[in-house]
Amino acid sequence: MTFFEQYVAPPLWMVGQSVLLLVVLLVVVAYILYADRKIFAAVQLRRGPNVVGPWGLLQSFADLIKFVLKEPIIPASANKGVFLLAPLVAGVLALSAWAVIPVADGWAVADPNLGLLFVFAISSLEVYGIIMGGWASNSKYPFLASLRSAAQMVSYEVSIGFVIITVLLCVGSLNLTDVVYAQTDGVGTSLGLPVNSFLDWHWLPLFPMFIIFFISAIAETNRPPFDLPEAESELVAGHMTEYSSTPFLLFFLGEFVAITLMCALTVLLFMGGWLPPIDIAPFNWVPGVVWFVLKGMFVFFCMAMVRSIVPRYRYDQLMRLGWKVFLPISLAMVFITAFILMAFDLMPDPEAKRAAFEQAAVVVLKVTA
Amino acid sequence: MGVAALFFYLFATICVASAFMVIASRNPVHSVLFLILCFFNAAGLFMLTGAEFLALILIVVYVGAVAVLFLFVVMMLDVDFAELRDGFLQYMPIGAVIGIILAVELILVLGGLSFDPEIAARAVQPIPDLAEVSNIQAIGDLLYTKYIFFFQLCGLILLVAMIGAIVLTLSHRPDVRRQNIADQVARDPNDVELRSVKPGEGI
Repeated sequence: MTFFEQYVAPPLWMVGQSVLLLVVLLVVVAYILYADRKIFAAVQLRRGPNVVGPWGLLQSFADLIKFVLKEPIIPASANKGVFLLAPLVAGVLALSAWAVIPVADGWAVADPNLGLLFVFAISSLEVYGIIMGGWASNSKYPFLASLRSAAQMVSYEVSIGFVIITVLLCVGSLNLTDVVYAQTDGVGTSLGLPVNSFLDWHWLPLFPMFIIFFISAIAETNRPPFDLPEAESELVAGHMTEYSSTPFLLFFLGEFVAITLMCALTVLLFMGGWLPPIDIAPFNWVPGVVWFVLKGMFVFFCMAMVRSIVPRYRYDQLMRLGWKVFLPISLAMVFITAFILMAFDLMPDPEAKRAAFEQAAVVVLKVTA
Repeated sequence: MGVAALFFYLFATICVASAFMVIASRNPVHSVLFLILCFFNAAGLFMLTGAEFLALILIVVYVGAVAVLFLFVVMMLDVDFAELRDGFLQYMPIGAVIGIILAVELILVLGGLSFDPEIAARAVQPIPDLAEVSNIQAIGDLLYTKYIFFFQLCGLILLVAMIGAIVLTLSHRPDVRRQNIADQVARDPNDVELRSVKPGEGI
């Protein structure tokens, strides 16, 4: 093996994949921002952004250019290093979790055995951007916001962790590809349906966890109705009050990338990932990545609707929901799921399933060859 | 091997340097941030040895939860650190003794391994081969099968500590009205009396 093949080509290949993923992701984020504003406007019987480009489609790019060209202002009493590090942490961490998300069968920059744990670890770090930004601004509102968000994100991580454990029990593996494979037979197949369908996905047997995960994902990404860290009626713009220009843009971007990540995670854990809703002719001709994006969009639409129609929570109610409602329910569901799996001998075998899929793929290759 | 060694020295250097900065930096918040950097590089070292589960758990538990609370507390503390630092030399001898004891112990453990490689094989639970058993399975076998009672005992101690902390800090304030969500939800709209209030008169 030459030097090029061993040390140059693989990193280059990985960089190429990452750049492709980043570009697609950032364009998706631009349009998700636009969709968010349009949905919010439609619910309030407004038009929303409609000036830049046809139907306002280029609004996000106009915003981007505006942010980049403005003058960054660093407050005189701010802790300069941490002040500039915070938005970088927020942006980079949110993007890095996407490295392990498989958007179609085999389409992931990396597919490690502990992918789910990796995503959980990264998403638990996103709080640092907010805490550091709030502290380094050396101002009251950002500081209060960072305290709020630290408590909020740590609280909701607990229930997200338990939801992940339940899914993990039903899958038997922390690999995200295995999580999707595990959803090829479930309730629908055991009811005797001949083909794999949306009834096999985890949302049906784990329905309470699906709801808890969805709500916790909204709380974890500081979206309304849980946007206490930046509640504009109380804290101006929360941790971003002192930020301007590109640092602000990075915070904003990190927040929305985290939202797309949570949508992707909901799709992977509960909605069958890239699997078609019904595995018959017109549906399974569509490439998996299209289904993945469509499902992600659906989850995002639900989040945007929640944001539009639900009033903001009060802080003590938010804490009550996290610790006194979600924690007991999700803890109980972990026990119930484990009990059912043991009692009815339903323990999953991810390796056998993966082997079956790889064999099927080989057969398909042979047929096409 | 070359790449792995390169990464080892990278992680190890940053880890030691940031650990030093934890005690050397003047600002306590900077100390905690360096501590986090140190945790990250330790996780990287775990990753290099193939203990990926430990690496990620280190990040989830220590960086994602414990260090957040550290940062939380340190940010809110209003302590005059210059004053604390004045008495630093006074504690120097005790600190040095403890440091030396720890260092000697580490050298004994690790040095013993390199003098006699068979010590590792004679451990109560030898580390299984990565090719045979995955990380999670190996840890699970030990914690949840072999040492389940000790594990449960640890959990019980933590539970007692947690309840103790809550009991110590719990204070009931009788003069505060609390929201009772069950009562609110259970209220029947038919029992509510509606009255029209004229402006400026009140009920």
